[in-house]
Amino acid sequence: MKNLKKRSGYQWFIEPSEKMRVPFIIFGDDDIIKNLDEKVYEQGTNVASLPGIVKASFAMPDAHWGYGFPIGGVAAFDPDKGGVISAGGVGFDISCGVRTILTGLKEDQIESVKDRLADELARHIPAGVGSTGRLNLSKDKIDEMLAGGVKWAVERGYGTQKDLQRTEENGIASGAVPAYVSDKAKERQKEEVGTLGSGNHYLEVQKVIEIFDAEIANAYNVTLGDIVVTIHCGSRGLGHQVATDYMPRMLEAAKEAGIELPERDLACAPINSSVGKQYYGAMRAGINCAIANRQVLTHLVREAFDKVLPQADLKLLYDVSHNTCKVEEHKVDGKSMKLYIHRKGATRAFGPGHPALPQDLRDAGQPVLIGGTMGTFSYILAGMEESEDLCFSSCSHGAGRAMSRTQATKKWSGREVVKSLAQKGIIIKSASMKGIAEEAPGAYKDVVSVADATEKAHLAKRVAKLAPLICVKG
Amino acid sequence: MRKNWEHYSHTADMGIRGYGASMEEAFAAAAVAMVAINVDPEKIQQEQKVKITCSEQDRELLFIAWLSNLLYEMATRKMFFSKFEVEIKDGKLTGCAWGEKMDLKKHKPVVEIKGISYSDLKVTQENGKWTAQCIVDI
Repeated sequence: MKNLKKRSGYQWFIEPSEKMRVPFIIFGDDDIIKNLDEKVYEQGTNVASLPGIVKASFAMPDAHWGYGFPIGGVAAFDPDKGGVISAGGVGFDISCGVRTILTGLKEDQIESVKDRLADELARHIPAGVGSTGRLNLSKDKIDEMLAGGVKWAVERGYGTQKDLQRTEENGIASGAVPAYVSDKAKERQKEEVGTLGSGNHYLEVQKVIEIFDAEIANAYNVTLGDIVVTIHCGSRGLGHQVATDYMPRMLEAAKEAGIELPERDLACAPINSSVGKQYYGAMRAGINCAIANRQVLTHLVREAFDKVLPQADLKLLYDVSHNTCKVEEHKVDGKSMKLYIHRKGATRAFGPGHPALPQDLRDAGQPVLIGGTMGTFSYILAGMEESEDLCFSSCSHGAGRAMSRTQATKKWSGREVVKSLAQKGIIIKSASMKGIAEEAPGAYKDVVSVADATEKAHLAKRVAKLAPLICVKG
Repeated sequence: MRKNWEHYSHTADMGIRGYGASMEEAFAAAAVAMVAINVDPEKIQQEQKVKITCSEQDRELLFIAWLSNLLYEMATRKMFFSKFEVEIKDGKLTGCAWGEKMDLKKHKPVVEIKGISYSDLKVTQENGKWTAQCIVDI
């Protein structure tokens, strides 16, 4: 990329030119930048042209080609300066995210029952295309879920009070307006609460294989050899429909407001417009849908463990969402501002002392979870103080694909992938062999270098490395 | 009959493309391409007919609306479709989709489609041949 300049070892930028209002800044090491898809630059600079954008358009070390926004894109908008909210900037899977649950067990305690545990988890967790959850909700009940998030789930017996504190925004996305979510979206969710979905979504039993920061690990109650469970999924059909419903409305709204869109996937509306406000209410309801979904899944995981390992005590470490728009206070040029932060395939990463963190995590900083692939690693990180100033307290979210699904299925068969992972002691449970081939570990970028660059860029600090033992794929 | 649809590569997701002698045929062929991401269309019996209507003045947005409506019908009826017919008049689309109830054992579905993106969205005509394409989010 010819206009790209290096600011420091792990920070690169493109100065504003033509329609860009702010610079485009990307974090990563030399290799990541060298192998980056050209589309990321195009999309990152397009985002920089949107009205009301503050400071810069950012891309995290795991950035890749997305829709409108790059995946790994972060942008903040000021409502008082004509700032926009963008359905494309949040994505189709609203509040797709990751949560990690501590089990209090060590590997030797699960070794002899690993197969049974895998079977039980696969039986308890509805996963894959067409799967339905245990709950069948009427429209009124859906509205309650959309307003209540994790709190709704906990009040119905699907978790504990402590689970609430260990979810971003204490388990409820404020500003959710279920009435702004279409009946079509609610219809799609009726039977999908408590389902994993498919594609890159998964549930993994993992082992802590390395500790990078003993002090923070201690604050997170994570030690070497611990068994944890990680869930990756989102707002299911409801979130997808909310995005589908609002994209064309936002195209209209952008036109009315005289906003020139470099591409239609950047569909957006002024935050203070009627469509902007409605989308915000609907999207926030979508966040509640996603976190409630992960909470119900957590309950199912607890049930499965109860059957096989009743001595386990499953406690939520933390739940992060990585396709969101949140209203947050940030300091810009020494002045505190209330901004609409879009994170599309990027994680909020509040540093130590942040008032939004629960008391028992405040000194250590927010747990950040970076998901890997079936065969590689995942990471627990901690938000760093510096990332506030660097990119509104944001960091990477995963490995990111390096290869298309078509290429992956040409290169591997599902059976081969399952066999080679079995040799490494990893049990895979999936409804679709082709789906496994599409999600083969080799189709993803190297998560180790993503986590490494995330730390070296001062976005989040590595705390622990996790390796998979059991993986339930959708 | 010669295959009138195809998939094309996108790093994270999948591109779909349909061809035809008319815009309507291209829309119908692209719908088969969309279904084929998830299931083999040849495994789907055409037992039940579902009617779909939508309207948009812009033909590319009409293409998005058509596919989004199909996704919705498949998700809520728990059906897969494999045959499509489309009529378009003055920005109004009337379509029919034929298919059957989802049978996980028989159809072996691979992956859910989250949404129809506007990326690489094109509905074009060249030398009498229509093409309709876009990238779908998986």
